[in-house]
Amino acid sequence: MTMAAPSPAPAHDSGAPDVVIDVEGLSKSFGSRTVVRDLTMQVRRGLIYGFLGPNGSGKTTTIRMLCGLLTPDSGRGTCLGYDILTQSAEIKRHVGYMTQRFSLYADLTIRENLEFVARVYGLPHPRRAARDAIARLGLQNRADQLAGELSGGWKQRLALGACILPSPQLLLLDEPTAGVDPKARRDFWDEIHGLAHEGLTVLVSTHYMDEAERCHEIAYIAYGDLLTHGTVAEVIAHANLSTWTVTGPDLAELGEKLKKTPGVDMVATFGAALHVAGRDAAKLEAAIAPYRQDGARTWRPDEPTLEDVFIDLMGRSRDNFG
Amino acid sequence: MTDFDRQMQEVDARTRGARAAFGRWWATFIKELIQLRRDRVTFATMILIPLIQLLLFGYAINTDPKHLPTAVLIQDDSPFARSFLAAMRASDYFQMEAQATTEAEVDALMLSGRVQFAVQIPAHFGRDVIRGERPALLVIADATDPVATGGAVSALQGLAANVFSRDLLGPAANLAGKPGPFELRVHRRYNPTGETQLNIVPGLMGVILTLTMLIYTALSVTREIERGTMESLLSMPIRPTEIMLGKIAPYALVGGVQMAVILTVGRLLFDVPVLGNIGLLVSLSMLFIVANLSVGYTFSTVATTQLQAMQMSFFFFLPNILLSGFMFPFRGMPLWAQAIGEVIPLTHYLRIVRGIMLKGATASDLQSDMLAIAAFTLAAMTVAVVRFRQTLD
Repeated sequence: MTMAAPSPAPAHDSGAPDVVIDVEGLSKSFGSRTVVRDLTMQVRRGLIYGFLGPNGSGKTTTIRMLCGLLTPDSGRGTCLGYDILTQSAEIKRHVGYMTQRFSLYADLTIRENLEFVARVYGLPHPRRAARDAIARLGLQNRADQLAGELSGGWKQRLALGACILPSPQLLLLDEPTAGVDPKARRDFWDEIHGLAHEGLTVLVSTHYMDEAERCHEIAYIAYGDLLTHGTVAEVIAHANLSTWTVTGPDLAELGEKLKKTPGVDMVATFGAALHVAGRDAAKLEAAIAPYRQDGARTWRPDEPTLEDVFIDLMGRSRDNFG
Repeated sequence: MTDFDRQMQEVDARTRGARAAFGRWWATFIKELIQLRRDRVTFATMILIPLIQLLLFGYAINTDPKHLPTAVLIQDDSPFARSFLAAMRASDYFQMEAQATTEAEVDALMLSGRVQFAVQIPAHFGRDVIRGERPALLVIADATDPVATGGAVSALQGLAANVFSRDLLGPAANLAGKPGPFELRVHRRYNPTGETQLNIVPGLMGVILTLTMLIYTALSVTREIERGTMESLLSMPIRPTEIMLGKIAPYALVGGVQMAVILTVGRLLFDVPVLGNIGLLVSLSMLFIVANLSVGYTFSTVATTQLQAMQMSFFFFLPNILLSGFMFPFRGMPLWAQAIGEVIPLTHYLRIVRGIMLKGATASDLQSDMLAIAAFTLAAMTVAVVRFRQTLD
């Protein structure tokens, strides 16, 4: 585990467990399909930990195993110091889980939903707690609107509000920003950072690269396997990709040719430019040499982006998978 | 102590113990109550189902029907035969629909359902009556609907005793005082209890409460699973027992309202009294309501979809109607059917409700039925709590 992060993880007094999620060798199958295979991860307290990977890669299953909604087939670990196999009742008291699909009661109003959550968690003044939460979320005008009638962005705000109402120590957010507009997404992430700053640990799964870059640490999971983890810089460095950016005419045609060339591991188009990457710098250079010589296009060595790394990882894992 | 430890302890303190458990039950109760109020269709059915069923059944079920279609096969042309037929007509129970000439014709009429009764007056009937030989007069009743023909058969028997008092004159007059100048042979056993509306309305209360309570809770857990709200609920620190009791409680109130509606309408429209203690009736009815809510809830935890839960409910509802003594006299059923009937809460509730309302029974008279319902409720709740899936596995 390392340091470099977009904003420094808050320091804490010693004594409390520093590692909030600590799991080893988690596996889960449904029927003959292995959804999570031998997953080991650690998340330190106060971090925003990004969980990335393609659809169906096991992100949701992992999150559900962490909060006791699914029982792992094998493996062990702790969440907030409690055993995930035997102490899920304890874990549930301290974890806020925001499901991928909106799962508050559509036929209750915002206020009623929040009061329900407040009562279930035994808050001393449920009505007041709900009122405060509504004010904090800026939902005063909609407090008596049915939750099912809210737009995607407001539903997501409400769901987050309900999650943090009982002041949990750990937030598990499963693709919280799917289908939400960019402005709401940005507000959401500002809120997450605010919460992390107060000492909350956040595990968030996402598809968006810009969101990944706002995390302190990230992990990439594909088809049940955790392929890489660390800070964004570490993940990029660890991938050891040499990257070239090509600009000029007929990039699509060039791209198709390069994909078939040995030594080229990843080709991706970004607007008017082509990113070409390889894990072996010498081989890559040899592979692209013929194309550089024709002088029709501009070739420039570049730093790989996180997206380059993920596309490469996804391509590799698919190869292994298939 | 660190902030982290302090916060963890705070949360622990407020989520443990009996008070916290009560709080979670209360949360569920309030939530269900609001959802119930907001679901207009369910809300409307709460009042409409008992009302409509009561009116329909109360007025439509008549266990003493008159003017039943009857066929006659007269093989004897004596004054006795004519008097007997005239008396049958006068009783109002029989309507002469067909005059058969052969037994085969009678069989065909019965088979097609055109008549429910057939009377066969055999050849030499009049002569044998006068000779004091007590000839047999055959009455065939359609046994497929035994309740419907019960009243008619008993009327027929009353009729047999004195129908010939005017015809038995002269030398035959000494026969008039004898047990009966002829033998009435009825091809069917008749229903001894002679049910009336007085018996139907209390029974209906049990049937209506069974049906509505069962359906309301049968959907409660599967609905949460299908709407996706179960995932959130399961991630909260709430226990299966708290969820169950929280979901059952609002419907127990609904059951109480339904009971009040039925008792009031039964009193106003059908003049059904409550001879016994009304407090006893209400409390035992609440026990019965909770019993059915528990069954419904149990189905809800076993089923995976709302449709499955509905199917299970109807599967359970059927023996309730057939084997509880609501539709057919309990003592008339074979022993194996009675054994099944004893397991069903409605069987015991029918004894309770008929006992209290019509016979003025007291708690000590009904002890074993009370215990049976309570045991059933406890068993259903235990199954529900054990079966409740706390994970999404």
